Amino acid sequence: MKDVRDALMVGRNSEGKLVRRPLSPHLQVYKPQISSALSIFHRITGCALGAGTLVLTLWLVTAATGDAAFSVVQAVLASWIGILVLIGFTGALFYHFANGIRHLFWDFGKGYELPTMHRTGYVVLVATVVLTAGFWVIGFLVW
Amino acid sequence: MDQLNSSEPSVHVLRSQLGRARGLGAAGTGVAHWWAQRVTAILLLPLSLYFVASVLALAGASRAGVAAYIGAPWNTVLFLLLVGALFYHLALGLQVVVEDYVHRESAKLATLLVLKGLIIFCALACAVSVLKLAL
Repeated sequence: MKDVRDALMVGRNSEGKLVRRPLSPHLQVYKPQISSALSIFHRITGCALGAGTLVLTLWLVTAATGDAAFSVVQAVLASWIGILVLIGFTGALFYHFANGIRHLFWDFGKGYELPTMHRTGYVVLVATVVLTAGFWVIGFLVW
Repeated sequence: MDQLNSSEPSVHVLRSQLGRARGLGAAGTGVAHWWAQRVTAILLLPLSLYFVASVLALAGASRAGVAAYIGAPWNTVLFLLLVGALFYHLALGLQVVVEDYVHRESAKLATLLVLKGLIIFCALACAVSVLKLAL
């Protein structure tokens, strides 16, 4: 290893032995797999939820402003395009929620084995669909 | 030491451990960001479920209904906590995304400043609105 950038890929483990660090999935060079797809989807849903906070802000501010402003926001959110956007946001929220729990388990060093990682990945996908569908079934029943 | 042909990793460049540690990561800083992201994530687990339940409870509610709900003391506290944790977590998350994908220092700095400014603006707007509905 003669390149300084390569030196960044070599670290020491807890026993002081030199080890090659693993490379994170790189979108351009990695074959799409469930692991990398769910990983980038965590980011995408995170960014989407960031846009969603603009809707939350608008909702709270108009609620604090007055009936006229609030009813406009409520009407837009209750239109078919508003419902479609909200379904997207709830789906993103439940995905980020479920996959976030998966990430927290990884932070504790648990669930790194490939079969486990694939299984929890599918659990996240199923949980996202079930929670999102459940939310909207209850939502339409309450509404 | 013919380590170039071996699969064992080795370092042949002159670079101190300190220099290596300093250069690591797009942010070039320590673990405070990582910790804050995890703590807010754990906080947001119950808070986001609470938020989802609140949205369901308020489906189709009038403005007076929303005001009465958010105005209840525990709901005011939980909404303020939610707004704080949510926007803090968002700022931390978006910062990592920008640091990973925006490579020019000036563009990175500008993007981060604009995003964080916008996030503080929205967080303040939400917090003030919650308080206005409650007080």
